[in-house]
Amino acid sequence: MKTSKLKRYLPGGRQAVIGIPFLWLFLFFMLPFFIVLKISFAEADVAIPPYTDLVQFAEDKIDIALNLANYLLLGDDDLYFAAYFGSVKMAFISTLLCLLIGYPMAYAISVAKKETQTVLLLLIMMPTWTAILIRVYAWMGILSNNGLLNGFLQFIGVIDQPLQILNTNLAVYIGIVYSYLPFMILPLFANLVKHDQSLLEASSDLGSSRFNSFWKITVPLSKNGIIAGCMLVFIPVVGEFVIPELLGGPETLMIGKVLWQEFFNNRDWPVASALAVVMLAILIVPIVLFNRSQAKELEGRA
Amino acid sequence: MKTGFRFSTFMLWAGLIFIYAPMVILVIYSFNASRLVTVWGGWSVNWYIALLDNNQLISAVFRSLEIALYTAVAAVVLGTLAAFVLTRITRFKGRTLFGGLVTAPLVMPEVITGLSLLLLFVAMAQLLGWPAERGIVTIWIAHTTFCSSYVAVVVSARLRELDMSIEEAAMDLGARPWKVFLLITIPMIAPSLAAGGMMSFALSLDDLVLASFVSGPGSTTLPMEVFSQVRLGVKPEINAIASLILLVVSLFTFLVWFFTRRAEVRRRRAVQAAIEDAAANSGQPDPRRAGSPATVA
Repeated sequence: MKTSKLKRYLPGGRQAVIGIPFLWLFLFFMLPFFIVLKISFAEADVAIPPYTDLVQFAEDKIDIALNLANYLLLGDDDLYFAAYFGSVKMAFISTLLCLLIGYPMAYAISVAKKETQTVLLLLIMMPTWTAILIRVYAWMGILSNNGLLNGFLQFIGVIDQPLQILNTNLAVYIGIVYSYLPFMILPLFANLVKHDQSLLEASSDLGSSRFNSFWKITVPLSKNGIIAGCMLVFIPVVGEFVIPELLGGPETLMIGKVLWQEFFNNRDWPVASALAVVMLAILIVPIVLFNRSQAKELEGRA
Repeated sequence: MKTGFRFSTFMLWAGLIFIYAPMVILVIYSFNASRLVTVWGGWSVNWYIALLDNNQLISAVFRSLEIALYTAVAAVVLGTLAAFVLTRITRFKGRTLFGGLVTAPLVMPEVITGLSLLLLFVAMAQLLGWPAERGIVTIWIAHTTFCSSYVAVVVSARLRELDMSIEEAAMDLGARPWKVFLLITIPMIAPSLAAGGMMSFALSLDDLVLASFVSGPGSTTLPMEVFSQVRLGVKPEINAIASLILLVVSLFTFLVWFFTRRAEVRRRRAVQAAIEDAAANSGQPDPRRAGSPATVA
């Protein structure tokens, strides 16, 4: 039987179903990280591509030169440390703000009527489909010195001089919370809507106050939603580029912006790679946390 | 009971105003006759007409739409396969790695993904001679990779809700697995495939950072074009193009809402009819029998 022989060598349906997405993600998502790691040990060079090779053949010997200068540079220059610290601080505070604003919103949606729920969810989701660039740009017009907010505040007489909001960290916070709020609300809602209301009824029958039941029942039960939401905000914000670039000013030091400048303005690919490797090292714990909560969610045993 | 409820409702409305006010203001100001963006000079559609003359912008729009279309198709295929693996094939070597690979692109900062993909393309060009130049194809690969993760999350949520007994019944009756998948699973998850596709389309249309890294000369996408102008400050032409994008997206959202609502109404009617049917046949309503046509619908 020729066909059965052939079949043995061809991947079966099962392997193909697993293999196609696996290969794609491996090739275009995982493998690139190793190349970044490799290039972070190279030296910048005036060439195409602008870095030196690690492996060189000289006098029948293979010469592998691991150049640590890029990492030493990151340690030496205070700018990089300040940028990492600034990014993590910015991400931490905005995640907290998103949680404080998003939790009540997700809760309100989860207790709304089914019909209203769909509409509210779409209203929350729609902005995530709109270019982040445009939503951030909208704030530029509002926050600028002669913008709408300052005009309004002057009109009602709260201030005489326009406040400098655009190009400060305050503007970056506003922009980040504004852009990432939906990513906090959606996983929280997905979790809250599954809660069994009878637990709350039981606790209120037993004389617990509303806040007490909320704090001791609803919040602990929504732990997975809180983790997913916080990670969906925290991790991308650490590497955020668009918002600090458009709304931030000279005081805004964030690593995404520094990496962009090293890459596009200085054309120093090895230093940009080293910056990415260190950023990844900082984010690895949150990413693993997120993946775990996501895996539970995906397999339905949350 | 009431105080807590009121607080969260208040936050919901305040939050929605916070989300929508800037967009509404943007649209209103796109009709501003004055060149000074912050001074109101009366209504006008000048900036929309000026857009038509901007050839560079228009070619960027078409390039972005093209990439978004290819991305949506590829991401739905890859994402659905990944979701199927995650929900239906519970045991195989490397499953944890697979799960991680599917969910990590959701949160990975774009500057890291963009840089790493570019370095991959450069290394591939050196080793294999492909891709000789970066452009639409490389942007498409980058977008497909992160969009398929979004599709996988959306589709796997639906796959988990599905009543597996229908698929099992078809298998028991002798249908091959791929036939079951094409004729039974796919039609049942069709709405989430559509949702995933639209989401990928929007995400691809929207991406600046990845496209900036992996694009080559002459393949500027719409966000890159907008970004290069926005950097220099607020401009009335940008207000106009931004409003157009907002309009398209809200239309899209409305259509999604409309179709899901219609499907819901139909489903409810089918359930109602089935219950009445059952009642007429047996003389008493039997909710259990009414359940099966509802799941098929």
